[in-house]
Amino acid sequence: MDFFDNIFTNIYAWLAFWLHELLMGWNLPKDVESALVSAIMIILVIIVIILWMVLMVLILIWLERKNAARIQDRVGPNRVGPWGLLQPVADTIKMLIKEDILPENADRFVHTIAPMIVMMPPVLMFAVIPWGKGMVPVDLNIGVLWIIAVASIGTIGVFLGGYGSNNKYSLLGGMRAVAQMVSYEIPQVLTIVPIVLMVGSMSLVKINEAQSGWFGMQWFVFAFPVGTIAFVVYYLSALAEVGRTPFDIPEGESEIVAGYMTEYSGMKWALFYLAEYFNFFIVCVIGATLFLGGWNGPILPGYVWLVAKTYALVLLGMWIRMTWPRFRVDQLMNFAWKVLVPIALVNIVLAGVALPIFKMIGF
Amino acid sequence: MSTPLVLTYVGFFVMAAITLGGALMAVSARNLIRAALGLIIALIGIAGIYFVLEAEFVAVVQILVYVGAISILILFAVMLTRGLMKRDLPAQNAQWIAAAFISLAMFAALLYVALSTNWRAVETQVAGDLIPKLGTELMTTYLLPFEAVSLLLLAALVGAIVIARE
Amino acid sequence: MLDEYGIVALFAFVAVVFPAIPLLMAWVIRPKKPNKSKRATYECGLEFEDFPAEAQNVWVQFRVQYFIYALIFVVFDIEVVFLYPWAVAYNALGLFALIEMVIFLGILALALAYAWRKGLLEWT
Repeated sequence: MDFFDNIFTNIYAWLAFWLHELLMGWNLPKDVESALVSAIMIILVIIVIILWMVLMVLILIWLERKNAARIQDRVGPNRVGPWGLLQPVADTIKMLIKEDILPENADRFVHTIAPMIVMMPPVLMFAVIPWGKGMVPVDLNIGVLWIIAVASIGTIGVFLGGYGSNNKYSLLGGMRAVAQMVSYEIPQVLTIVPIVLMVGSMSLVKINEAQSGWFGMQWFVFAFPVGTIAFVVYYLSALAEVGRTPFDIPEGESEIVAGYMTEYSGMKWALFYLAEYFNFFIVCVIGATLFLGGWNGPILPGYVWLVAKTYALVLLGMWIRMTWPRFRVDQLMNFAWKVLVPIALVNIVLAGVALPIFKMIGF
Repeated sequence: MSTPLVLTYVGFFVMAAITLGGALMAVSARNLIRAALGLIIALIGIAGIYFVLEAEFVAVVQILVYVGAISILILFAVMLTRGLMKRDLPAQNAQWIAAAFISLAMFAALLYVALSTNWRAVETQVAGDLIPKLGTELMTTYLLPFEAVSLLLLAALVGAIVIARE
Repeated sequence: MLDEYGIVALFAFVAVVFPAIPLLMAWVIRPKKPNKSKRATYECGLEFEDFPAEAQNVWVQFRVQYFIYALIFVVFDIEVVFLYPWAVAYNALGLFALIEMVIFLGILALALAYAWRKGLLEWT
């Protein structure tokens, strides 16, 4: 069992050792050599993580379309490859060879960098996620705050996308998207505080380790009522933060065409689309890490547990998306400020009160 | 110099270049949104400098509050205006000479202070996780400022709301 | 310590480069045949050209509501900055810290209540 649990860390160690041996021949100074080895290894890790994420997102897109089809009593994609599994690949090729249309009077520079800015936060967030036991690119002692801070950069990209297109619908959609994202950021941020409080650290690895008791089943979501409330608030605000139905006002096609994406086509549009799925996947990973024990679980290797939990959250999100109608703007804002924020605030105080009791029963 | 120190220098100069480039863009852009974008880039550069200085909490707060929140506030304020958004605004007006003079004087003063101060270098590395210590200090030594902050925030919000509603 | 942030810096570098790669690839492969009607501003099937000059100005003046939401957001964001160190240190501090934080949160809840009472959280 240990073999499978440590397989990736062993491969990493073996590769680093091999690289070290290779560089020995060059007779570099010791600190230069060790810096070079760790830099090359980290770049490898980043490439592996990004490739893995792209694979995950392609699967996610296929899964979403197939799921939507099943729920709506259709078949879904079934032509390209077995069960339509190669559909996302075909879509990617299509996106690559599409013409990129820049509308008249659009701000070319802003129009181009907006989708790039939107893609940045998920990549930066990958840095602190513990993907399995010992499988964390970098364990920052401010991990949670890093995730929150970096996530807020995406808002600027959305705004610039809306502004740069020189289109009323884009502008309206961009402004609405930003208003929604900032409103839901607050409950999302507040609801993580009880978890930090119970662990006494912001490091995601420490948060994971704190949930390793009870044969890997001591998850914070079971810390009734504080953890459970925190999880529900987190999940709802995360769905809203990434703008998925029923919280997809910014792209409400019945009102403002496609929101800030109206004037985008080709690869730039694909980047927005990809970023949406990247973000959706990453908030589910973070939800699994903070509340569902991360890589903790009996019998199976850690990374399998994390992926399984993530997909559970992903499928739940898809189910919600397929079954709920869209909120109105006012309902959306009210829900954030008048329901989620007060609940999150009360939950923080509750966590402070309940902590000694949790300590007593071994949480 | 040892490798980490060289890397520190590289990091500092890269971040300083980003900050200066962003600041230049902010003052020279003829379009308000682009100017705001330049400001955001400069703020990110400053956060990077905090990272180089190993003040990671301040750096993250810089990103969270300035890049994530204040910039949105600025962008929204621009969106509230009418007519200001025409594509090409003149990047300078009649006061630019005075402004440049004051900025230069300010810079000279800062430079003088920086050069004349006897900076004491801390030899030992600050050890371990400083966040708990920060929290403890905030709750004990700096309790009064801490509570005053919440009052300040309340006052700021109420004041802003009153102005915005008029 | 700086080693950690060296890794973060590499991630930041990749975050800037990674989105540029598909854009560059597409730039190489894709057709480039713009024409006037392709580049026209999208207007739900109407011809943007035919609009009177003042309607062609896409600049919409936004309501002050957006700004107020952003303001409340900033206030709560700053509050969060103080909450996290408190939460990390709470284990060592005990009841006294809880009372302090309840006061802090109470004052900010007052801000929220004020905005609520004044009808500023109403999206009209």
